[in-house]
Parts: sequence; C-alpha cells; structure tokens
Amino acid sequence: MLKLENLTKRYNTGDLALQGVDLEIPDGQVLALIGPSGAGKSTLIRCVNRLVEPTDGSATLNDENLTKLSSRALRRARRRMGMIFQEYALVERLTVMENVLSGRLGYVGFWRSYFRKFPKDDVREAFRLLDRVGLLEMADKRADELSGGQRQRVGICRALIQNPDLLLVDEPTASLDPKTSRQIMRLINELCAERGLTAIINIHDVLLAQMFSQRIVGLALGKIVYDGSPEGLTPEVLTQIYGEEDWSATIEKVDDEDEDD
Amino acid sequence: MAVIKTNNEIIWKRRTTKKQLAIWLAWLVGISIVLFAWSIISERTVWFFVQDAPRQAADIGGRMVPPKWSYISKLITPVWDTINIATLGTVIAMIIAVPVAFCAARNTTPHSTVRVVALFIIVSSRSVNSLIWALMLVFILGPGVLAGTIAIGLRSIGFCAKLIYESIEEIDENQVEAIKATGASNLQRMTYGILPQVLPTIAGVGIYRWDINIRESTILGLVGAGGIGLQLSASINTLAWTQVSTILLVILVTVFISEWVSAKVRGAII
Repeated sequence: MLKLENLTKRYNTGDLALQGVDLEIPDGQVLALIGPSGAGKSTLIRCVNRLVEPTDGSATLNDENLTKLSSRALRRARRRMGMIFQEYALVERLTVMENVLSGRLGYVGFWRSYFRKFPKDDVREAFRLLDRVGLLEMADKRADELSGGQRQRVGICRALIQNPDLLLVDEPTASLDPKTSRQIMRLINELCAERGLTAIINIHDVLLAQMFSQRIVGLALGKIVYDGSPEGLTPEVLTQIYGEEDWSATIEKVDDEDEDD
Repeated sequence: MAVIKTNNEIIWKRRTTKKQLAIWLAWLVGISIVLFAWSIISERTVWFFVQDAPRQAADIGGRMVPPKWSYISKLITPVWDTINIATLGTVIAMIIAVPVAFCAARNTTPHSTVRVVALFIIVSSRSVNSLIWALMLVFILGPGVLAGTIAIGLRSIGFCAKLIYESIEEIDENQVEAIKATGASNLQRMTYGILPQVLPTIAGVGIYRWDINIRESTILGLVGAGGIGLQLSASINTLAWTQVSTILLVILVTVFISEWVSAKVRGAII
C-alpha cells in the first residue's frame, strides 16, 4: 500500500507545486492522476521515488517511510518502484536489450553492469518481457531506431524487470498517436493485472483515464479536488479540475467502453 | 522592439530611436579606432621593404624550385617522429581531459571546488600555445621528442576537456533520470546514463585534436622539441631553399593524409 500524508513540495523558485496531498492507494489499484499542466502531477509521482525531494510530509510504501531514507536505502527502495516516462527516456545510443537490463542496475554491482555481465536470470527475464510486449526481434536494435510506441514498450520492460511493487507512470501516451496510446495504456493495464501491481498514471487524456483505471484523482494547483470513480467525472467535476470549458465531447458514456476494439 | 502609439495608429519599429543612435555611434567609434591604428602602423612601416616584397618573394620562390627530391630520404624519420608526437600527445591529453571534463561539467562535478580546479586546469592549458610549452619543456627535459609530446599533450588537455564538458552539460537529463529511478548507483548513472550520450563527442574531439596536433607538431622542431620542424629551421638558417620546399611539400602531404584519416574515422563514429 502506498500512503501519502501531507505531501508538500515548494520549488526554489517559491512555486508551491504540492500543497499537503493526502492519498492512500491499496495494493493492486490502478489510479489515474489527471489535472491541467502545472497542477503538480509530475511532481507528485517524482516525490514518491524522490527524483524530486518533497519539502514536507511523507510517502510510505508498504510501511517504509520513503521520505526518511538515506541515499543507500533510497536506492534499494527505488528498485521496487518502476517508472515509465513521457518521452520514453530510453538511453538512445544503447541497444534495446541494454535498456531493458538497465532496470536491473539496482541489483547488479558496478563492474558487472559496466561489462554487461548481467546474471543469466535477468537476461532470460528480459527476453521474456520483450516477447510479452512483442519486441523480441528488436533486442539487438539501438533504441533510437524504434518508433514511439516501440520505445514506450521498451520503457515498460525496463520498469517491469525491476520486479516492482509500484509503477509510477508519467504521461505515457503524451507523445503517441491515439491508437498507439490506447495500446500502450491497455498493455500497462494488463501487466498491472497480471502482476497485481499498484500504479499511479499521470495522464492528460481524460477519456483514456476513464477507460483504463479503477480510480481517478484530479489535481489542481497542487491540491486534490476529485477522488472517485471514473464514472463520477461530470462536467462540474472537470470544470473544478481544469476550469470552465464545454465538456460534453470529453466525457465517455460509460456503456460504450468497447468502442475502439 | 519599439511600439509607438500615436493618436490614430500603432507604429512598430525594430529599435527605438535612442537605440538606433547608440548603434550608429558605436560603429563610428569602431571605424575611427581602426583608421587611427592604421595610421600608426603606416607611420612605423618602412614602405621601401614592402614595395620590395613581391620581388623578394619571387626570388625565394625561384630558389625553391625544383625541390631537392633526394632530401626526402632524410625526412622519413622526422616525419615519423612528428606523427608520433601528435598521436601520443593526443592520447595523453585525452586520458587526462576526460576526467577533467567530468569534474568541470556542472551536472557531473563532485563538488563546486573541484569544478573550479578543473576549470583552472582547462584555462591554463588553453592559454599557453604548444610552441611556448615546448620552449619551456626543452629547458626542463632537454631537446627531443619527449618535450614535444608533452607540450602537445599539455596544450590539448584544455581544448579537449572544454569541448567534452560542454557536451556533458548538454545531455538529455531525462535519460539520466530514468537510470536514477531504477536504483542505480552514481557510477552506474555515469556509465549508463551519461557516457553513451557523450561517447561520440569524446571520440570526435579526440580525432579532431589529433588532426590539429599533426599540424602543430610540425613546427615544434623550431624550438628543438623534435619532429620535422628541426630540419625546417636548419634548412632556412642555411638558406637551403630547395630543402625547405621539399619539407613544405612533405608537411602538406602529411596533413592531407591526416585530414583524410580523421574525416573517415569521424564518419564511421557518427
């Protein structure tokens, strides 16, 4: 279980990105975090694995207070939190296999990783994951040769090979076309279900959020303004999150869930 | 940008009148300085020698042909020395420059004091020409190839480290962040997140500097630091102009080959 208590982040510029966020996410729940740009979505998930240091409050994963960890313990804790990025953030000049195996860096010593001598089990798992996402033949290609959707699949493999308890997903579809976006979201969803993973997914696309998550949290100006089911996103709620706009085309009619299949 | 509102119209001009005047003034001052300096140089020049220059040049040029081809057999060893000075000097420089660059880059330096030291190394290496380094090292180490190699090395550290650290500062931080998020250690972050991004630059800078060093090492012999410059200065001093032209041709061919090699290698890396 992931528990955020009074999580607060003030940047050096003085901007208050998070204002005392309280959130509890039970194991195995896929949660979509929506909100306008600058609402603090990225800051929130980065405060969990401390790519951004929270100013105040705490984040607790399975009874371990992440905000209090020493740098060594933090590295250990990060191994249990897989992260998927908006622009994929693959190391462009490394091969697909090296990128996937980089998810094991927290478990492997420096020289073994430097000479690419990863344990056999890790390599086997990497092949299995690449096969799962349909990229087995691409293992030896350089990451910059792949298309956007393929890169994001590699990013997913890199996060999963960590064998995480929690997935932090930052705008996974922002650089992808609508069809690929749906495929990627479906893949993340399936993998979370297969492995019983907890996930926080930052996403701009309200419709995708509704389709692929069990719970939606709306963030505006660093505060939670909505926390509830995907069906509960009414025009009034969206106005509260994003501001005044005509929302009639955005909200999904719950019964056409399978329209895109 | 100047936006001027009048009663019935909005006018846009690139600059305000004040700014435009200031720019004209700056041009005026600059041109006056150039003209003034020109007049001083002109006063102190013996124009007779200058008028004579084309005749002198033609005279020396005439004495240079035909090149003394038999002299080439004596140039093989000096050319080999020159290439070795350049190559070894570049290797030494790169071995030192890469760690210095990592210490000098804002995003990889272990500490701001270390950064200052690294920047100082870069500036001091760059501020002294390799000929001057060679001049001093000939005094310290005695004449020969060693002094030349170290001179080339010292001069190249700053050049290489500066270009490399600038490219380290321009890397895509997202890739490093992603590696960090897996629980990687600092060293792993360096080798997985940063090194792959800057490796092409490191190789490119090394090759580029080697190419420059081939040319620089041809003159080090002038101060006794080994290489073909030794023969060049001896030949000029003894007015052996046919030998001078042979040497210049040999240097031309060497530089031509080094340009070709570096272009090929650079093409292969990128």
